[in-house]
Amino acid sequence: MASVVTRLKKKQIEQLIENGKRLDGRDPTDYREIKLEQGIIERAEGSARVLLGKTEIVVGTKIEMGEPFSDTPNEGVLTVNAELVPLASPKFEAGPPNEDSVELARIVDRGIRESKAIDTAKLCIEPGKKVFVVFVDIYVLNHDGNLIDASALAAVAALMNTKMSNYEVEDGEVKVKSGYVPLPLKDHPITVTCAKFGDKIVVDPSFEEELVMDARLTMAIDDDGDICAIQKGGAGYFTPEQVFEVAKIAKDKAKERRKKLDW
Amino acid sequence: MPTFFEPKQIVTPGDLLAEGEYIAGENTYVEDKKVYAARLGLVEYDNKRVSVVALKSFYVPRAGDIVIGTVVEVGFNSWTVDINAPYKAFLRPSDVLSRPFKPQKDELSQVLNAGDLIVAKIVSYDRSHDPQLTVAEPGLGKITRGQIVKVTPTKVPRIIGRKGSMISMIKEQTGCQIILGLNGIVLITGKTLEDEQLALTAINRIENESHTSGLTDRITQMLKEEKSKQEEQKE
Amino acid sequence: MNEKPEKLIDKKGLRLDGRKPDELRPVKLEVGVIPNADGSAYVEQGKNKILVGVYGPREVHPKHLALQDRTVLKCRYHMAPFSVQERKSPAPSRREIELSKVIRESLEPAIFMEYYPRTMIDVFIEVLQADGGTRCASITAAALALADAGIPMRDLVVACATGKADDTIVLDLMDEEDKLGTADVPVAMMPNLNAISLLQMDGKLTHEEFEKAVNLAVEGCKKIYAVQKEALKAKYVGIKEEEAEE
Repeated sequence: MASVVTRLKKKQIEQLIENGKRLDGRDPTDYREIKLEQGIIERAEGSARVLLGKTEIVVGTKIEMGEPFSDTPNEGVLTVNAELVPLASPKFEAGPPNEDSVELARIVDRGIRESKAIDTAKLCIEPGKKVFVVFVDIYVLNHDGNLIDASALAAVAALMNTKMSNYEVEDGEVKVKSGYVPLPLKDHPITVTCAKFGDKIVVDPSFEEELVMDARLTMAIDDDGDICAIQKGGAGYFTPEQVFEVAKIAKDKAKERRKKLDW
Repeated sequence: MPTFFEPKQIVTPGDLLAEGEYIAGENTYVEDKKVYAARLGLVEYDNKRVSVVALKSFYVPRAGDIVIGTVVEVGFNSWTVDINAPYKAFLRPSDVLSRPFKPQKDELSQVLNAGDLIVAKIVSYDRSHDPQLTVAEPGLGKITRGQIVKVTPTKVPRIIGRKGSMISMIKEQTGCQIILGLNGIVLITGKTLEDEQLALTAINRIENESHTSGLTDRITQMLKEEKSKQEEQKE
Repeated sequence: MNEKPEKLIDKKGLRLDGRKPDELRPVKLEVGVIPNADGSAYVEQGKNKILVGVYGPREVHPKHLALQDRTVLKCRYHMAPFSVQERKSPAPSRREIELSKVIRESLEPAIFMEYYPRTMIDVFIEVLQADGGTRCASITAAALALADAGIPMRDLVVACATGKADDTIVLDLMDEEDKLGTADVPVAMMPNLNAISLLQMDGKLTHEEFEKAVNLAVEGCKKIYAVQKEALKAKYVGIKEEEAEE
């Protein structure tokens, strides 16, 4: 059920990239236009909407109380889920999460978790018994390529927008007080995805470029500029030199975006 | 122009066999004027041609090949045959019956039923169609007696031997009729079960030791010894 | 061991199992272990015990999933319920779904997909016992199983993981280093083609540390590659020696 790109278009895309240009006129290291809005879903504790070119993602966060994991009894829990809803693309079908939505969720999760973006220690209500569980739900509304970067951006923006109820623990019971507190965040990871075409690397692949590329490489960069998560995807390969080239691009692009967003 | 192995050395996928103006033979591939092995096997350098005789592979159909297969399904107007290949083969009534096929009158299962063994010839095969078989030629048709053994298809030439020397010797020593399907299925028909077993043992041994030398002599030796053992037991 | 060790690397620079930072765990590879499968392999590395079976190329089921110009590669990474400390439910977890995908994508570049249109190749990975680095050990064994099935390949695929334990970049993480270390970088590659077909990371590494980690993983892969090749040839080399003695 894969989309078919015509041989002619494939050749066109490859030739353009070979000459340092892309189908939509971008340079190899240019992102498409990014629009970011926060707080668009009032019912959610936090939310954000990202437009990356024509790719559209909405993320909503919900906070509930639950049990901690046995190996981290004093820390809150993060759960990330992604839905590739059928209206977003002729490629998507209704049904249980497939490998693409599972992978997307886990990559975004990794960036947030490994950068320690959420201060989970502050989400402990009763050590070993009760903690706050943060649900991050990624909704893909239109698929025009690079779901990863768009989703990760929306997810972090939604977390930054997330407010939790003020509470107090009295006699082992949680009492909700008035007012809200922001979700305690320690980091704001930014992911950068590159696509490989032969020996050329481009940033932020569009949907059609994704159909033609050899493989993709995503890196999540934390506030310190360090790498906190990496995922290679697609049935191709990268040489070690290309891996380091992507690392450099990711570092630069993340810095650029961080400045633009003021994160 | 360098080569990197001795002839008949065992190579694995990805081994660089030669660099320069070489032709990529069987079970190899070329990238940037470098010839690499694509399968586990013995490398052969023949002038400009570098190839690998695979130790393990599977049969890919080829038009004209004689194969032995099992009928697995009797359809409405064709039979589906398992020829030990990635693709199932098909047999149409016109390639079986010597007269036209009348759907109301003829019952396909009466002619060939699921589970029947046949010796057939591949009439056609290409990348977009499954192989088509025929049994409407002399020497082809349903098998009624004998034993079947599966061998790695690349070993079939070894079982045949140079100018048929190996297979002729086995037939002579065991008194069996042997049909070698190029798809790695061998049919052995002998006068007694012991004769068939003997031929089977010889063929299995050839398969396991196909990459060694002096095989023909050793098999001949083994068959002679077994036969004299059998004679002794009879007395 | 229920207590968390204080340090992963001791004063002498040795790890919890006595290894040096750039030392691999002993690895044992065996080919052709499942008679029914077209190809198979078994790997033991550290306490990892993993079995891989390959079926194919064979006809695609269901038929509508067949591709007209190439084969379909399917991969299933699955852990036995008894493979880990706390019993794992046999139902596929999200982790297993993701690993099945990345493992498939690490093997696919090695296979000539266009050779056998309208067929499928199934790779079944069963982790019988897990000890850190299962995805890497699985890939190493799966490549052998594919070669054992006689499927033409560009190269074998071999994998190993590096990481950061305390402040040192280490090769071939064991379970404790995997859980308590500060970075985990699994790498799979086709050594002869200098091609990395699996690369993941979680943790925190500076760019310099990352470069070190990748380079160390590549070195480790090349060492395991030599063992892989010997395992593939093992059945035939033995007989050749036997015959020489006659």
